Amino acid sequence: MIDLHGFGNQLLQGAVITVELAFASLIVGLILGLLGASAKLSSIKVLQWIANTYTTIIRGIPELLTVLIIYFGATSVLMGIASWFGYEEYIEIGPFVAGVTALGLTFGAYATEVFRGALQSIPKGQHEAATALGMGNVRKFYRVILPQVWRVALPGLGNLFLVLLKDTALVSVVGLDDIMRKANIAVSSTKEPFLFYSAAACMYLVLTIVSMVVVHYMEKKASRGIKRT
Amino acid sequence: MELSVVISYFPRLLDGAWVTMQLVVLSIVLGAIFALPIALARISASPFVRVFPFLYIFFFRGTPLLVQIFLVYYGASQFDVVKESIFWPILREPFWCAIIAFTLNTSAYTAEIFRGAIQAIPVGEVEACKVVGMTRVQMYRRVLLPRAFGIVLPAYGNEIILMLKGSALASTITLLDLTGMARTIIARTYTPIEIFMAAGVIYLAISMIVIAIFKQVEKRQNRYLGPISIKIPDKG
Repeated sequence: MIDLHGFGNQLLQGAVITVELAFASLIVGLILGLLGASAKLSSIKVLQWIANTYTTIIRGIPELLTVLIIYFGATSVLMGIASWFGYEEYIEIGPFVAGVTALGLTFGAYATEVFRGALQSIPKGQHEAATALGMGNVRKFYRVILPQVWRVALPGLGNLFLVLLKDTALVSVVGLDDIMRKANIAVSSTKEPFLFYSAAACMYLVLTIVSMVVVHYMEKKASRGIKRT
Repeated sequence: MELSVVISYFPRLLDGAWVTMQLVVLSIVLGAIFALPIALARISASPFVRVFPFLYIFFFRGTPLLVQIFLVYYGASQFDVVKESIFWPILREPFWCAIIAFTLNTSAYTAEIFRGAIQAIPVGEVEACKVVGMTRVQMYRRVLLPRAFGIVLPAYGNEIILMLKGSALASTITLLDLTGMARTIIARTYTPIEIFMAAGVIYLAISMIVIAIFKQVEKRQNRYLGPISIKIPDKG
């Protein structure tokens, strides 16, 4: 690794935080996305309405604003809830938790649409066949539907992950020690902004390339046994 | 919730929204102008020509917009050559730095959208142009670009929305756009939720307007694809 005036290691530590944040948000987002898509496709009007409001709002406001709202707002919301239960101490939300919440919510909103499309692409006969074999709803979902949804949704999810990876930089604004903030710290002590922001850019590029390779491999694996058109 | 704060500071939020609109419109227009030659170079037959737009697009799509803004705003000042050049009065201004970063960023995305649209045009139409003896320029001007414009619209609408949301990053280089203005107001009033929510509503409103406009333009541009309504004259 290049020394970068002794800040090389710092930037690498930042990269670890960035990757951790991205993966934690990915997991939250995938769960939210599946729930959102199921809600949108369910026959219960209230669930549809909740999912639609969620995706419309999150997709309509800037990611930075989501991060800021969660970071500054979640504390008072949590304290409000806690005071109902008689807990009056000060609760603070760290940048990491706020970041995971905000980026997870964002990823989830977009993933909802990806999963919805994928769920709708599964032929009705598959559902019927699974039911005919006597599978219950849960077993049908994770044995028959989910593996196929996964294959259809992967390219879309891969794109979303690349967007998520870049959005992690925004959490540096509320003080998370990721690549961006480490670069900022290095710049303020060395006065060499171009060097350190270029280094940061390169690290993001490396992360992007690695993710692209991994997604490509996963797509191949998910599509084995399927004829390529 | 204190709605009175939102009401009393609403005009200032609108000032911020105006800056946001300027940022988005300017960078989208400049971005589209740059994107066309980049897209055409990207589909060039020569690999030597193709590699430059590829690298450009790869860099700007592979790194966070925040890094790009910081590189332009803070990065340029590292070099004395830049500081002594005639561009310094521009590169010193956060507004113009934001415009430069946004333009470079959006032109990379837009170039890919344009490329996709041009390549989506059926080969038969290109062949037809050649058969009737059009030159390359004529073919692009009369057939390919107008056709691509219709194909491009949905994706291009998305790009404008993404740019609108990305423009919030201008607040990190001290610009008083909608987000920047909200943060300034909050520093004075300590009401983060109310003001950020109000800013969010304004962003939502702007994106809804953009979406509505694009729906109309799309309808008009692609009207030849629409349902054919044939009037059957009454017998008799």
